Amino acid sequence: MMPVVAERLLAPRIVGVEFPFGHPFGLPGHRVMQRQVLELALRVLAGASRPGTRVDIDIQWPQSRKEAYRAWQPKEPSPIVAKLLGRR
Amino acid sequence: MEVDSFAFLPRSFRSLYERPEPLADETEPVWAPFDKRLAEARIALVSSAGLYVKGRQEPFDAERERREPEWGDPSWRPIPASVASASLGMTHLHVNSDDVLADHNVALPATVLDELVADGMVGGRTDQHFSVMGYQEAGLRVWRNETAPAIAARLGDHGADAVVLAPV
Repeated sequence: MMPVVAERLLAPRIVGVEFPFGHPFGLPGHRVMQRQVLELALRVLAGASRPGTRVDIDIQWPQSRKEAYRAWQPKEPSPIVAKLLGRR
Repeated sequence: MEVDSFAFLPRSFRSLYERPEPLADETEPVWAPFDKRLAEARIALVSSAGLYVKGRQEPFDAERERREPEWGDPSWRPIPASVASASLGMTHLHVNSDDVLADHNVALPATVLDELVADGMVGGRTDQHFSVMGYQEAGLRVWRNETAPAIAARLGDHGADAVVLAPV
């Protein structure tokens, strides 16, 4: 989801996906997509020779950016977001 | 291609995530060599989706998080590897849970892992996977001192050779 963050926080092996938050393995019911991500994660697990190895997966999210952006968000702001918004 | 880490993040939050710093005593990546062949290895999954088994386990504590927005429930739940999506609940106030509840493989790909085991790519899987809730207090004190060691011990008990983490 945010492989740059995983790198900075020193994760040992990283698979980067450009998917909306809450969907690390893809769409519900889309077994092909889910399997592509898990297979890559396992290949990185088995094949990485040094810490910090990152491989990004070339899958385009099949919804428009605007639609996906709206869809991943909770129905009401999380408590910390509500608190931060209240401060503005 | 390189994925855009901030593609789905509200623009106003980007500065919060652009330069995260590891904890003060974490200067090097944790590294454990993986010496087995995948076809001989037992794999476990850990998801931070806040999943729990309805009717058998308590949900993660959302009420306290509502009272204390900087706090996140640091507890964990074992999830049977063969669980059905309909048996799972999800407590995570920071994402829409509809898609995970419709198909838990979105955030805990247990069925997919079973397929890879059946196909012979992976040797086996643990009987239980594990879930935590991904929003945590700064410093991760309880996660580091209690939650992670407890899960690691259970993974050892189950003979896990490696774990795939699914961040939510």
